[in-house]
Amino acid sequence: MKMMGAFRTPKKLNRSFTVSFLLFLLLACFGAFMAVPLIYAINNAFKPLDELFIFPPRIFVNNPTMDNFYDLIALMGNSWVPLTRYIANTLLITLIGTAGHILLASAAAYPLAKYRFLGSKALFTIVVLSLMFSPHVTATPNYMIMSWLGWINTHASIIVPSLAFSLGLFLMKQFMEQIPDALIEAAKIDGASEYRIYWSIVMPNVKPAWLTLMILQFPALWGTDGGSFIYSENLKTLHYALGQITQGGIARAGVGAAVALILMVVPITLFILSQSSVIQTMATSGMKD
Amino acid sequence: MQTESTVPSVKGSIRPKKKAGLAYVVSELKRNKSLYLLMSPYMIIFFLFTVIPVVFSLALSFFYFNMLEFPRFVGWQNYSRLFLNDDIFMIALKNTLLFAVITGPVSYIACFVFAWIINELAPKIRAVMTLIFYAPSISGNVFFIWLIVFSGDSYGYLNGFLMKTGFILEPIQWLLDEKYILGIVIVVQLWLSLGTSFLAFIAGLQTIDKSLVEAGAVDGIRNRWQELWFITLPSMRPQLMFGAVMQITASFAVAEISIAMAGFPSVNYAAHTVVTHLMDYGTIRFEMGYASSIATFLFCLMIGTNILVQKMLRKIGE
Repeated sequence: MKMMGAFRTPKKLNRSFTVSFLLFLLLACFGAFMAVPLIYAINNAFKPLDELFIFPPRIFVNNPTMDNFYDLIALMGNSWVPLTRYIANTLLITLIGTAGHILLASAAAYPLAKYRFLGSKALFTIVVLSLMFSPHVTATPNYMIMSWLGWINTHASIIVPSLAFSLGLFLMKQFMEQIPDALIEAAKIDGASEYRIYWSIVMPNVKPAWLTLMILQFPALWGTDGGSFIYSENLKTLHYALGQITQGGIARAGVGAAVALILMVVPITLFILSQSSVIQTMATSGMKD
Repeated sequence: MQTESTVPSVKGSIRPKKKAGLAYVVSELKRNKSLYLLMSPYMIIFFLFTVIPVVFSLALSFFYFNMLEFPRFVGWQNYSRLFLNDDIFMIALKNTLLFAVITGPVSYIACFVFAWIINELAPKIRAVMTLIFYAPSISGNVFFIWLIVFSGDSYGYLNGFLMKTGFILEPIQWLLDEKYILGIVIVVQLWLSLGTSFLAFIAGLQTIDKSLVEAGAVDGIRNRWQELWFITLPSMRPQLMFGAVMQITASFAVAEISIAMAGFPSVNYAAHTVVTHLMDYGTIRFEMGYASSIATFLFCLMIGTNILVQKMLRKIGE
């Protein structure tokens, strides 16, 4: 009965049960297509070696074990760059990149959302246009700019460009437009400066948008392998370490699965925690004419 | 005389005055100093790593430059080489257009259809289903699982399954056979493609005015299809336009998945795309001028398609 309640469509008009049923069936099939690889990846991390290579392969684990994680720690303890170093590098890039992006993007979004001034329209148009091409377009000149700045082989080469990720500014600006003008006017009458209004009025009101920018920025940085910018082993990231491990071949399959799980669990957990805020922000994501 | 004397009273009136020249710019900058200062950290980085590179790339596409010698002006030579003398670019272009034509619309429609069905569910199940469909796009490199599915030996899932059921006797080298590579990359790309636009659609559907639906029912809307066409789609136009930008840009930018699944370069360039071609010249051969002409072409292709589609979507429900 409870199950049926979940699929009932409350307060909806004009719904035929047969069509609903067929649509939910379609959703369930594709849901399985989406979920099975993830479930398999989770199970793999807990499989003992003999189960990893069983034929025909199975999705679910029979005798779960933590061996892969112990092996990972042992393997990385022996290498000359300890695993903790890769984790620290990834955390450094991800945390500074995400927090800095939220701060910079919201500081730039506030004037664009609430004021009209010389250049405001042009700047926003450029930001929207930049959503329409991928970062690959700018990769070659970026490499040259990085080398002129002397940033090759530093974490700055990954962190700094990510601070000005244009989707973040776009979503933040759209969300800020909802803040009532009266709130800002009132603060102005009380003599608050623009900086103060931004920091104490606007920022606390756009918390859902912070989380959205986080959920968009975090996985990209968390999954970075340093690209062509970082070549010193002690500056490399966890994702890079995973690549190295899986290249070790069949014998490293278990350890590889453990690292993959670590890489995947963090962004998914963050999304579970922030889902409702993200949806609330995305409601304002639309492009007006 | 008289007009001059009225000038001070006009100043500060509601009429937006268009004072020409530098004086106006300076006064605007002064008046909004704090706003410009707030925006400056973001805008400096944004211009340095996004806007300037585009312009730079356009300029560099007319030069021969290898990072060592001084750039040499070559006019349209890079472009004529690209379109007339580069067979591999033609393969890359064909593959990219194929990806864009298939993954673009399919992923866009999938984002909408799944969001639309999920929206009918009770809130708790809705949250779970949203997570399931969105998770692949944020779970980093879990797509390596697909390498196991399509592995060329009999341990690969697909081979194992097909051999067990008797469809094939020998394992197929899925990722080394030109016939299959492109299709496999498309499947994996689609699996990963329910991202930001999917969330935007979920959000947009939840904010549709309920009274509009009720009014529609009174006005004779009989089933969900009519409701979709006459109420849902028109009310979601802003999100639909945003989602289109996201999906189009992503569908032209296929590269990482192709490299991870099919290798770089792939067998006979079967999964070579404009972006991997760009990577080849920009980061391996260091022919920066030629790479810039590829980048400029890609830029025009993406922006052009996006603007065209925006124009089309603006017509929905009009």
